[in-house]
Amino acid sequence: MTEPLVRIEGVSKSFGTFQAVKNVSLEVAKGEIFSLLGGSGCGKTTLLRMLAGFEAPTVGKIFIDGVDMSAVPPWERPVHMMFQSYALFPHMSVEKNVGYGLKHEKMSAAERQDRVRQMLDLVQLTPFATRKPHQISGGQRQRVALARALARQPKLLLLDEPLAALDKKLREHTQFELMSIQERTGVTFIVVTHDQEEAMTLSDRIAVMDQGVVRQIGKPGAVYEFPNSRFVANFLGSINAWEAKVVSIGEVITVDVPALGQQVQARFIQGLAVGQTVTLALRPEKITIHRSPVEGVNVIAGEVKDLAYFGKDSLYRIALPSGQLVSVHAVNANRGAEEDRLADWYDKVWLTYPPASAILLVE
Amino acid sequence: MKRRSPFLFTMLGFGFAFFYIPILSMIVYSFNASRLATVWGGFSTKWYGSLMSNGQVGKALWLSLEIAVISSTCATIFGTMAGIALARFTKFRGRTLFSGLVTAPLIMPEVITGISSLIFFILMAQYVGWPAARGFTTVTLAHITFSMVFVTTIVQSRMLSADRAIEEAAMDLGSRPWQVMKDITLPVISPAILSGWLLAFTISMDDVVITNFTTGPGTTTLPILIWSKVKLGVTPDINALATLIVLAVGVCVLAAGVAMNRAEIKRERDRRMAYRANE
Repeated sequence: MTEPLVRIEGVSKSFGTFQAVKNVSLEVAKGEIFSLLGGSGCGKTTLLRMLAGFEAPTVGKIFIDGVDMSAVPPWERPVHMMFQSYALFPHMSVEKNVGYGLKHEKMSAAERQDRVRQMLDLVQLTPFATRKPHQISGGQRQRVALARALARQPKLLLLDEPLAALDKKLREHTQFELMSIQERTGVTFIVVTHDQEEAMTLSDRIAVMDQGVVRQIGKPGAVYEFPNSRFVANFLGSINAWEAKVVSIGEVITVDVPALGQQVQARFIQGLAVGQTVTLALRPEKITIHRSPVEGVNVIAGEVKDLAYFGKDSLYRIALPSGQLVSVHAVNANRGAEEDRLADWYDKVWLTYPPASAILLVE
Repeated sequence: MKRRSPFLFTMLGFGFAFFYIPILSMIVYSFNASRLATVWGGFSTKWYGSLMSNGQVGKALWLSLEIAVISSTCATIFGTMAGIALARFTKFRGRTLFSGLVTAPLIMPEVITGISSLIFFILMAQYVGWPAARGFTTVTLAHITFSMVFVTTIVQSRMLSADRAIEEAAMDLGSRPWQVMKDITLPVISPAILSGWLLAFTISMDDVVITNFTTGPGTTTLPILIWSKVKLGVTPDINALATLIVLAVGVCVLAAGVAMNRAEIKRERDRRMAYRANE
């Protein structure tokens, strides 16, 4: 990592007796897209507002570009924010909105106009420059907000649920647009979102937050494939999780899973002892369904209890003899005619998975 | 189609008649040639003429306008400040007391406000020496005091419904709090401020009770003049004056209606524009 642009050191924030953010420390590198991901009330927005300067940390310090922000008011921070509601000034035209921050810059009127034009070009809103915010569509408003926040060329851009107010189609399109704008401008982005897919596609790194605490920080793939707790595993995608007891530790770890009624293997992790109780976590898409008995380890026999057809894929729920249900995600690679289906209701099936894709979680 | 009940129509007719027959008869009798209010003596516009040549009425109207403009302007300034404070500073010592004190005059009987203002001005004259006598100053001060409350209420509710984030956005973009107030907050709440001013102006223009308590010799506002004239019997020139007032109000209401209609059409056009912008 290059020199960090943002350093958050042991920051906590309390509102009365409620502790919104608890002892958060993290660093964000220059040019990175960093996401704060979590459910509502997890403290992600409070953390963002502390970066912008609207809230002061109760404990801890925030450094931006090496400068302690404790005594710096919002209007002097090299940070701009894109608000969830966009917060466009309703009485100003699109170009006035975009140019508002520039009146605090020492630049000539011509330069200012130039910059506004540049920004409008960047978000493709030039034809709408003279319209008022209520005369343009929701997606365009979002782009005005982005252009306005970028106009002063901040070191850091904070985006509060940037895509939440858009419909699904527009969201996907805008996601890529955001990424390309970030690439072209080189501004560091910190994005707050509750949408795990948004976080996964947008970000270089994700911090998963829960109840004011950062549970895990890492690249999207790392956080998804190697969650460090049941919470993170559950929050990013879905998971089959069972209690298990460590039986033997070798190249892989063998655990006894009462819910499955058998012993299975999982990926090796450090620091486990034989006899320890852990959670065995298995993502639904890592499991393969077979129609006939299979030899070997990690074979679980069951019966199709439920299936949901989504078009490109299907979700199966397999009932085990113990009564436990296993979720399995399978891509419908064959033409999805009913008779081509992988398995049908009440079919007997055998499930397998590679040992490396089963994760043991201590927390 | 549903049959309309003749009963409802009758009731509607009675309602309108109840409201408008007195006003209509007043207008008709303002063109009465006879001096007697109840006897029709032929058509004439002479009372309008006598009204025009009556300096007293013109003076009273001018005084009323002066007081209304000054008091509503001051009330708007103070009321807006109080409204913003109440909406924005959520926690300060004595907030509940302050907001209670601000809204109490809304439900206080005018007589009480009038008497207490009178007593206050008497004490002021006695111990401070200002305002020395009751008249223009005391009436204006009293009007500011009780019309400010209306401005505060309107501004406060507008502030509470406005998106707090737009002020934060301005601050985030480099504006200090006073610049945010000037560039964002005040322009956004300006319709509320304007309607507060209009309300304060109207209240001041037609106030009789409180003015009566706080006025002094020589300071006769239009409502006070009308009231004192009527005490001596209704004369046709009062009818003429009232008719002119009805006319003025009617023109204002009509203009407001046209303006609202235009704004509605514009809103509809903007909505379509925003919708088309999607494509």
